[in-house]
Amino acid sequence: MSNATSAGDYRATKSYLHHEPHSIRAWLLTTDHKRIAWLFIASITFFFVIGGLAATLIRLELITPVGDLLTAEGYNRTFSLHGIVMVWFFLVPAIPATLGNFLLPIMIGARDLAFPRLNLLSWYVYILGALFTVFAVVAGGVDTGWTFYTPLSSMFANGNVVAAIIGVFVVGFSSILTGINFIATVHTMRAPGLTWFRLPLFVWAIYATALIMVLATPVLAITLLMVALERLFQIGIFNPALGGDPLLFQHLFWFYSHPAVYIMILPGMGVVSEIITCFARKRIFGYRFMAYSLLAIAFIGFLVWGHHMFVSGQTTYASLAFGLLSFLVAIPSAVKVFNWTATLYKGRIHFDGAMLYALGFVALFTIGGLTGLFLASVALDVQVHDTYFVVAHFHYIMVGGMVMAYLGGLHFWWPKISGRLFSEFWAKVSAITIFVGFNLTFFPQFIMGYLGMPRRYHTYTPEFTSYHVISSLGALLLAAGYLLPLLNLGWSMFWGKRSGSNPWHATGLEWQAHSPPPPLNFESVPEVTEPPYNYDARDPFDGSRPQ
Amino acid sequence: MNELQQAVEQSPFAASELASDVDLLFYAMLTVCGFVALGVTVAMLDFCIRYRSGKQVDRTLRLRNLRLPEYIWIGVPLLIFLGFFVWGATLFMRYQQLPPEDALRIHGVGKQWMWKFYHPGGQREINELHIPVDRPVVVVLSSEDVIHSFFVPAFRVKQDAVPGRYTRTAFTASEPGTYRLFCAEFCGLKHSKMRGQVEVMSAQHYAEWLDTREQSPTLAAAGEALFRTKGCSGCHAVDSAVHAPDLRGIYGRIVHLRDGRSLRADVAYLRDSILLPEKDVVAGYQPIMPSFADQLTEEELLKILAFLQDFDERDAP
Ligand code: HEC
Ligand SMILES: [Cu+2]
Ligand SMILES: [Cu+2]
Repeated sequence: MSNATSAGDYRATKSYLHHEPHSIRAWLLTTDHKRIAWLFIASITFFFVIGGLAATLIRLELITPVGDLLTAEGYNRTFSLHGIVMVWFFLVPAIPATLGNFLLPIMIGARDLAFPRLNLLSWYVYILGALFTVFAVVAGGVDTGWTFYTPLSSMFANGNVVAAIIGVFVVGFSSILTGINFIATVHTMRAPGLTWFRLPLFVWAIYATALIMVLATPVLAITLLMVALERLFQIGIFNPALGGDPLLFQHLFWFYSHPAVYIMILPGMGVVSEIITCFARKRIFGYRFMAYSLLAIAFIGFLVWGHHMFVSGQTTYASLAFGLLSFLVAIPSAVKVFNWTATLYKGRIHFDGAMLYALGFVALFTIGGLTGLFLASVALDVQVHDTYFVVAHFHYIMVGGMVMAYLGGLHFWWPKISGRLFSEFWAKVSAITIFVGFNLTFFPQFIMGYLGMPRRYHTYTPEFTSYHVISSLGALLLAAGYLLPLLNLGWSMFWGKRSGSNPWHATGLEWQAHSPPPPLNFESVPEVTEPPYNYDARDPFDGSRPQ
Repeated sequence: MNELQQAVEQSPFAASELASDVDLLFYAMLTVCGFVALGVTVAMLDFCIRYRSGKQVDRTLRLRNLRLPEYIWIGVPLLIFLGFFVWGATLFMRYQQLPPEDALRIHGVGKQWMWKFYHPGGQREINELHIPVDRPVVVVLSSEDVIHSFFVPAFRVKQDAVPGRYTRTAFTASEPGTYRLFCAEFCGLKHSKMRGQVEVMSAQHYAEWLDTREQSPTLAAAGEALFRTKGCSGCHAVDSAVHAPDLRGIYGRIVHLRDGRSLRADVAYLRDSILLPEKDVVAGYQPIMPSFADQLTEEELLKILAFLQDFDERDAP
């Protein structure tokens, strides 16, 4: 690979963080993908805190079987807030809009995304929609859960359902815009020599995610609009009293929301592939299979939505078909887990903080994926559907998996983003704390789920108390774990040691750019001459950091 | 600890004919998946320790064919998954099997926030369901408002009650005892209070229990009365002046509609005929029947439907 970091005036160019102008106005009107990434990092952190506070309230309430902290209405609003905020305002944009935004152009040797202004618009659409929703939910309350099932949401629920729906609808457009931007960028702006099969897996993952965003989100938008229409004008679409069909809503909703699960997890898979290869100092095992499995997941993911409806009254044969497809979608995920493991084989493994996050991801994702098989198996799903088993399952994927990957990625690319190193010690402590706290919180939920504890229960029967207590204690540890990276990275932003452009001795174009990169990323367009993850050809890297 | 709690905790966790089969599948999958999870973890730990940086060890990859392992870990999981799918599917088909003729038919109506049950003899109960042991039971579910879900963990059954249609779940309780009944689908404010219990009793106790209940006409008899008081017979009686179909023996009959379709008169069809009469108009008749959607409660409706189901040639209204 050509190396572009030596030229004198390139070094003299100020980084994207420091170049003029850096007034607040300049930041808010920037079209630099790196600054927009920061806008997103700040926003999703804010929403993560809100969603997290709601989760804390939920876990505190559930320490005892009776309702002692919140009223029934308060509880229902709290879990609705938690779900809506975490799914749409944190998880969906989390990796694509932050790390994806920051890294995608640099990883393919481009100066920005294909449509920089569209990128900024995407943030505005997101932040306005999200703030509006949160305001609506906090001010008037929404107690339908994040799933907005009809006819509860369309005819019976009180509160600002329509406002919340409009907010989510608006935020959906942010996803669509980001998706279009990423697809165009990957197709048209790759550096010379960077063929599709030389792309880092992170780029493949973001690309697959963008496809889902563009294809699935419009269906959600239409569905939510129909709920609003029914609520406002009594047009019978979903409510049987008006001649509508309540199951139609579920079909449409899950047609988006199952693929949305993959919007949330695919980018995480991309991040972890980068981290594991780097700290194992080895090419990823089965590169092509890894790339194809991302596409396979994105594709089959569109055909499994009915597994949310096994007990809804859907026909037996539909349930069986969806069950079979849900087993099949697990195959590409299994392929990924085995390939990550095989990548470690005969590697030269370093246990940096980012790596611990990535290893934690693989373990938690494996558990989350395997328990998904129980849900795909129709007869078992009858028992565990709408219980804490499901709650545990998707938190293993979305929190255990996705949040681990996000934090891992944030640590891994932090030197690139900020130009600084953080405390390795505290990074490791946080990874371990989160891993332990997470398992303590969610593992007991599998057990109580199988025993029959339904989800979304404000009060519960006493036989489940001990599981809930353990879960709530775990949540405390988990919350503490989440604070650590905030402090550690926040501290390093100002006082951390300078990292130099490639502290982990990683391959990939992003590590050739300066840290933090100048506004246009590269001095000259880099040229790619070797396959990705060519670690075997590199120095063994003994782990010493630049001083 | 109160009595109910004690009764629940003394009752077995698997209490229906299907329960142990479901558990068998569950534990089989748990074992296989447990091994996979353990295998991955052990392999990861082993590689991490053996190949940690700084350790002197042979790191030359001797694998010739790098695709072979990929095919193995696509193929083997595929086979295992297919096996589990078939196992789960056959079990599920048993859930869906038509219940035998002599099954006890109970109507369950979900309503924010309670469960109402109607026994064939007309006995009603709220948030409690008494059933005999070892006898197939079918619960036909409907809802008066939003979606609810009938969930008895000890029987391993769950079925949504959806407004506007009938769904059903069948089970055979195998152990006397007291079991939790939950609403599993979020249904608004007091969702978590929408719970109760199922009392499984011996056939004899069940019969005795039925007798202790307030004497009320059977569902079908109550339906017959409604058929008259609500004015149905005014049009549908054989000697009526209005040209309307004769409803004797209607249940299960093939009906020909004005738009050329033909279908079998099942419960869903009968329900729609009463609530949405303009949807399926019978061939040879004028669409003059008014909709009864605003005039019948869910309970009255199911009584009329119970009546129509055993309304045959013998009875004259
Ligand atoms: C004003 C007269 C009138 C009244 C009152 C009336 N119906 Fe009807 N009903 C009709 C006519 C005419 C048809 C045939 C045309 C159609 O299908 O709409 C019909 C059709 C039906 C059918 C479908 C019959 C078939 O052969 O498929 C059912 C079931 C039914 N009615 C039940 C009831 C019940 C139950 C009530 C009372 C709650 C009732 N009807 C009240 C006139 C009436
Ligand atoms: Cu799904
Ligand atoms: Cu409920």
